[in-house]
Amino acid sequence: MSLDPATVRRIAALARLRVTEDEVARLQGELNGILGWIEQLNEVNVDGIEALAGATLGALPMREDVVTDGGMVEAVLANAPERIGDFYAVPKVVE
Amino acid sequence: MLTDLTIAAAADGLRRGDFTARALTEAHLAAIAEANPRLNAFITVTEADARAEADAADAALARGEARALTGIPLAIKDLFCTNGVRTTAGSRILSPFVPPYESTVTANLRRDGAVFVGKTNLDEFAMGSSTTTSAFGPTINPWRRRQDPEAALVPGGSSGGSAAAVAARLAMGATGTDTGGSIRQPSSFCGIVGVKPSYGRCSRWGVVAFASSLDHPGPFARSVEDCAILLGSMAGHDPKDSTSVDVAVPDYRAACARGVKGLRIGVPREYRADGMAGEIEALWARGVAWLRDAGAEVVDVSLPHTKYGLATYYIIAPAEASSNLARYDGVRFGARASGGEDLRDLYERTRAEGFGAEVRRRILIGTYVLSAGYYDAYYLRAQKVRALIKRDFDAVFAQVDALLTPTTPSAAFGLGEKTDDPVTMYLNDVFTVPANLAGVPAMSVPAGLDADGLPLGLQVIGRGFDEETVFAVGGVLERAAGFGG
Repeated sequence: MSLDPATVRRIAALARLRVTEDEVARLQGELNGILGWIEQLNEVNVDGIEALAGATLGALPMREDVVTDGGMVEAVLANAPERIGDFYAVPKVVE
Repeated sequence: MLTDLTIAAAADGLRRGDFTARALTEAHLAAIAEANPRLNAFITVTEADARAEADAADAALARGEARALTGIPLAIKDLFCTNGVRTTAGSRILSPFVPPYESTVTANLRRDGAVFVGKTNLDEFAMGSSTTTSAFGPTINPWRRRQDPEAALVPGGSSGGSAAAVAARLAMGATGTDTGGSIRQPSSFCGIVGVKPSYGRCSRWGVVAFASSLDHPGPFARSVEDCAILLGSMAGHDPKDSTSVDVAVPDYRAACARGVKGLRIGVPREYRADGMAGEIEALWARGVAWLRDAGAEVVDVSLPHTKYGLATYYIIAPAEASSNLARYDGVRFGARASGGEDLRDLYERTRAEGFGAEVRRRILIGTYVLSAGYYDAYYLRAQKVRALIKRDFDAVFAQVDALLTPTTPSAAFGLGEKTDDPVTMYLNDVFTVPANLAGVPAMSVPAGLDADGLPLGLQVIGRGFDEETVFAVGGVLERAAGFGG
């Protein structure tokens, strides 16, 4: 499978990464190089093999569904690039 | 020199009152001031905090309340969140980020009395094998080629700042993270010991996420025993990380002297890559002989899916990274681009400006392999091959107690080399990636020098949650190699 420029632009849009037209050609080459190398996995017979998501032993633990902390507005907002009062500020989203 | 001591020797010296924790910290801060302008091992040096922590350590020593790491100066990879100290992940997008909380691993080290001298440089978001993709400039390896001492060499990566700091005596030990080799490969390149413990042994809580199912925090130090001391402090169950495993942390330090008499050590034939450098092959053969001389039985074994490890990794790691890095949107924390016309434009500009080329590439690969129509062909298939790789290890550990392999296919390379093609850089991790996919513990031990006088490491891989055997084998290799890095 080989990526065309339109697919590169579509993936970049999905990933919310702005790419310029010059970047599309370069990325197309780099990404196709990586994907071409990854194709070797097609030689492996994976019939009947269950996918492995991680190496953790057993099932994930459950915990009580309770509030464990809160009331830390200043700590939460301390790293906000822009804030208005106790809110994060963003550009206008509704016309 | 105080900076040449091991952690074990320094802890004894502090208890005897041979020197103070303040003097030990001052010696390291002076070494950092002298060497860091050239090495760029640290992004942030925390002199004032370190002095205050050292004074607190002296007070604890005076009260007879010393713990395992009281007064020991350590360096922290700038991927571990430290309360009130900027944590960048080597990225422009996190350059303004000051965490309001402490990672579990660094909290454990603080609990045991450690002094933090600073935050070390890394490949951006831990994605790389050279510490050259950092937004804060490359780290330089303190080692130099005999024939070409002017050439700057990379320290390996992604935890290259930590490895360079420990090798250059700027810290007695350090934390790292290992997603595909990011502790073991820089250990090998810098001539020190590095341990990637079992998945779930060290909490990932408060560590900036790269690929959650593959990320392993672990220690660096200049001896196997020092790594055992550090891991003993870093490890332990943490309810805040749902993949942290609730099993007792054994006495790793005691395991270092255990020896290998009666152990079965496997030599996996698939690691004998075509075109392997003669020096690496000779080093490996020496390692086998050392273990045999120490009473181990060495047997040939097979891990048939080894050759697919890297390609599997380069689907799974970018897939998880593209999800994890979705949080960087310029709204809640981190850097924000100016001039966003609407919210989507703000996201796209912020992420294009904030992420470097390698991170952008991996986000795009990850987004592609998870996207509709390609998920089964790439991501699901890679997870199945991962299961086969894990199965290989399960089968082999029914026959042997540990595996011995080289850590890397080469010694440290020059700054600017291997940058033409991303895949060439990825090949550095060919021997280290399988242990991440399987979650089994592994260590790199410095075992010799190549013809240029650069260090080379051997890798010991153990059964899941059997770090003790890894420390036992590592201890034997260390004593036999007599490596005086």
